[in-house]
This record gives sequence, C-alpha cells and structure tokens, in this order.
Amino acid sequence: MEITIKADNIEKSFGSKKVLDGISFQVRKGQIFGLLGPSGAGKTTLIKILTGQLACDGGSGVINGVDTHKLTGEDHKGFGIMMDNFGVYDRLSCYENLKVFAQIYDVQEDGILNALKKVGLEKAKKTPAEKLSKGMRSRLRLARVFMTDPDILFLDEPTSGLDPATANEIHNMMLAEKEKGKTIFLTTHTMSEAEKLCDYLVMLNEGKIAEQGQPQEICRRYDHQRMLKIHLWDGSDMQLPHDENAAEEVAALIKNGRMETIHTTEPNLETVFMELTGKELDV
Amino acid sequence: MKNMKAIFMKQIIDTLKNKTVFIQFLMFPIMAIIMEKAVRLEDMPEHFFAKLFAVMFIGMAPLTCMSTIISEEKEKNTLRALMMSNVKPWQYLISIGTYIFLMCMVGTAVFAVLGEYDGKEVVIFLLTMISGIILSELIGAVIGVYARNQMASTSVTMPVMMIFSFVPMLSMFNETIKKYAGIIYSQQISDLINGIGSSEVPFEVTSENMIVIAANFVIGVILFAVIYKKKGLE
Repeated sequence: MEITIKADNIEKSFGSKKVLDGISFQVRKGQIFGLLGPSGAGKTTLIKILTGQLACDGGSGVINGVDTHKLTGEDHKGFGIMMDNFGVYDRLSCYENLKVFAQIYDVQEDGILNALKKVGLEKAKKTPAEKLSKGMRSRLRLARVFMTDPDILFLDEPTSGLDPATANEIHNMMLAEKEKGKTIFLTTHTMSEAEKLCDYLVMLNEGKIAEQGQPQEICRRYDHQRMLKIHLWDGSDMQLPHDENAAEEVAALIKNGRMETIHTTEPNLETVFMELTGKELDV
Repeated sequence: MKNMKAIFMKQIIDTLKNKTVFIQFLMFPIMAIIMEKAVRLEDMPEHFFAKLFAVMFIGMAPLTCMSTIISEEKEKNTLRALMMSNVKPWQYLISIGTYIFLMCMVGTAVFAVLGEYDGKEVVIFLLTMISGIILSELIGAVIGVYARNQMASTSVTMPVMMIFSFVPMLSMFNETIKKYAGIIYSQQISDLINGIGSSEVPFEVTSENMIVIAANFVIGVILFAVIYKKKGLE
C-alpha cells in the first residue's frame, strides 16, 4: 500500500528540552493513523513538523512524497489541518468563516456549502460563530478542513472537550472520509477513540515512541496482563491471574456456589500505556 | 495576492460587526465635523478643530486598530489557523495594515474637506497624514506582536496612544510639554499640519520635522524587528 506520510528519526528540541526524540513511522494511504499520548507528549509539535510549519532539528519528514522542508503552497492543498485550539472568527457567520479560507484555497461557492452540509451546519450558515455551541464550533473547524477536500487530514484532538454524542458524530464523519480513501492523521489522548477509529497507532510518551502497531496487535503483545474478574454473590469482586494456578480457586468458587459472574480482562490501550510509561492517558 | 485579498475582505466584514474597532475610524472625524460647525471663538486659529482632531486621529486610530486586531487574532487562535493555511506573516501584516490605512484615509479625507485646503495644500496634508498613519500602524504592530492577548495589548496601547494622541494637544497650552514633545512624531506632524493653509503660521518643512519623523520610524522598525524575532507572529 502507498505510503503518504513518513517520519524518519525526527528530533526536535525547544531550548534544552527535547520534545521529540528519534520518531519514525509510516502512514499508509487510506488509513486512520492514531498518535496516542498524554498532553505534552509532543503530538502537536509532530503535526507541525509534518505539515511544514516547524523545522525539525534532525531526521526528516515526507508527506505525499515531498520533504516537509520543501512544501510549496500547492503541496499544502493536499492536506487539511485542524488543530484543537484553532479559533473561528466569532463575529463572522459560519459561511463567512469558511469564505475566508475558501479564498485562500481557491474553493468555489458550492465547496463552502458542501462543507457546511457535510458537518450538518447548513441551517446555521448565517449564524455568527459566537452563537454556536462548542460542538458546533468544532464542526465548523472540521468544515474548514473538509472544504478543500484534501487527501490527508491532520486532526489534532478533534473531539477534545465534546459531549459523547457530538464526539460520536465527528467519529462518523471521520469514518466516512476514510471510506472515500482519505488518510487521517489523528492525535488523541482518548484511548476509546483510538481503539474505535485507528488502523495503526503510535504511542508517544515524553517525545519518544513507546509502542506502535495495530491496536489489537499492541494489546495482544501485552496479553500477560490478562486477568479473571470474578463477581461473587455476596457482592464482592476478586481478580485472579489468567493461568492454570487460578483453575483450582475458580473451581472451588463454583463448587461452593459463591460465584455469580466471571470475565476475562484483556489488556486495553490504557493498561498497555500504563504498563509502558507508568502514566494514565486521559490527562 | 489571494491570501492578502482574503484577509483584507475578512477584515472589512469583521470591522462592520466590531464596534470597538469601527468607532476608532469614526470618532475623531465626527467630532471634528461637530466642533468645526458648532464652536466659533474669537482668536481661534482657522480650522482649529479639524487640525487638532486630525493629529489626535493619527495618534489613536491606526495604532489602536493595529494592536487590537493582531492581539485579538492571537488570543483567539485565528491567526494560527491562517498561518497554518500557508498565509505568510508578512502577507497578514500587509493586509491588515493596508485595510487600516485605507480606513484612516477616509477619515483623512473628512479632515481635508473640513480644512478647506486648495490643490497643493491637499497633497501636502495627505502626505503628512500618510506619514503619521504609517508610523502609528508600525507602533500598533509592535504592540500587537508583543502582547500575548487583548488585555495585555490594551494595557500597553492605552498609555502609548495617550502620549502620541494627546501630547500634541497639551503642548499647545504648556511650553515645557512642547519642548519635550518635539521628540515624538505626532508633535512634528501637528506642527506641519498647523502650517498647512494657515495665514497665521507659514508652512515649512524643517530639518527637525524630517529628522524626528525619520528617527521615530527607524526606532519603530528596530523595535518591530527585535520583538518579531523574539516572539514571532503567533
């Protein structure tokens, strides 16, 4: 499969602080690629380097076959960027907000209207952005990315701070874009989002890659964490390691009629990340 | 060019909905019209209010608008969105600067009409105003780039604006102030404007006028370069 983004040993420091250290990965065309890590892990810096907004100190980045140091205005049309803190013009309507960027990217009138329709804001096109809810503002920022119909979408924490229903809507929009063959580079610190959407994941911690692979594959690698979770009739819970030593204890619980339910607890991305870094993701 | 046009058009729409900025362009021209028509005092120089408010306009409108617009875009991260859409910092600054310049030229036209200048005087008046507007925009850009947000911008803009806008007026009534006010460009512009079309004060461009305005400009450029290098536009 075609490689659309390639990071090769990328390094970046701000002053004496090294924020990215030897970052290497490849993103295939049509993938939803997840960059998972806690706040301050270097996710946004990496996006800025890959989109040519920031120069790296070492290594290289390639996007659509072009070195990120050499991206031209024409190359920029090939990708759209939505950073989590991108603002919108409060006094301008949704339509006027998009119009500013439509002029920059040579997008015609119907491109603006299609983008508003795609994110469900066509009825709010004349509404000033200051009157939009947080979820609607996020959708407006997404519309700005969709409007140019880029092949690669960089989405930096697109659902951060949104209610589950709105987050789910945005997930569906991303999946619809993937269906069309678009490549999505998603940064998130939400484990469930990464598990639900991503075909491939890189876990970033303090500027270094802690782990990478397909989400299920990563979890399988850390299967030694698997436990048996038992709920007893007296209301208490207990956990046993998932091995032959637990068999006798489980058998005894069943024999005594104390066991109500039993489940295996497979490792998830959260527990894997904790094992690797000693940190929680949702911070 | 299309990037600059997009920012320019955005600014036109935005200003029409932004009373804080819009009033800066209107306040002094309207006050000048009212005062010129309503107040007549003996021994008052010709077109006193048109000239007075023209100088105050230069010290206030371009400076305040430039710093307010840049700092608001920084605070709300819309500037970042523009920069990540391949808009270059210089394209942004020139677009905003051109927009403010043109808006200020509308006000300048009002002052020119109120001053009842003839052909040559109009040209001299416009050139004098243009030099002041550009300098004030430069200082506004320095503050806008320096300030992290609108609140920080306002706290710096207010005293600076008061100096450039009000000191030339105060210097009319106080010789000590006048002596020290000579080092600021708005005082020199005030001196030049007071001489245009006046039967009492002869119009003359002195070396002092030229040197002070040029020196203010050079200091402004150096300040901008230093702060831009340190802070960048975002």
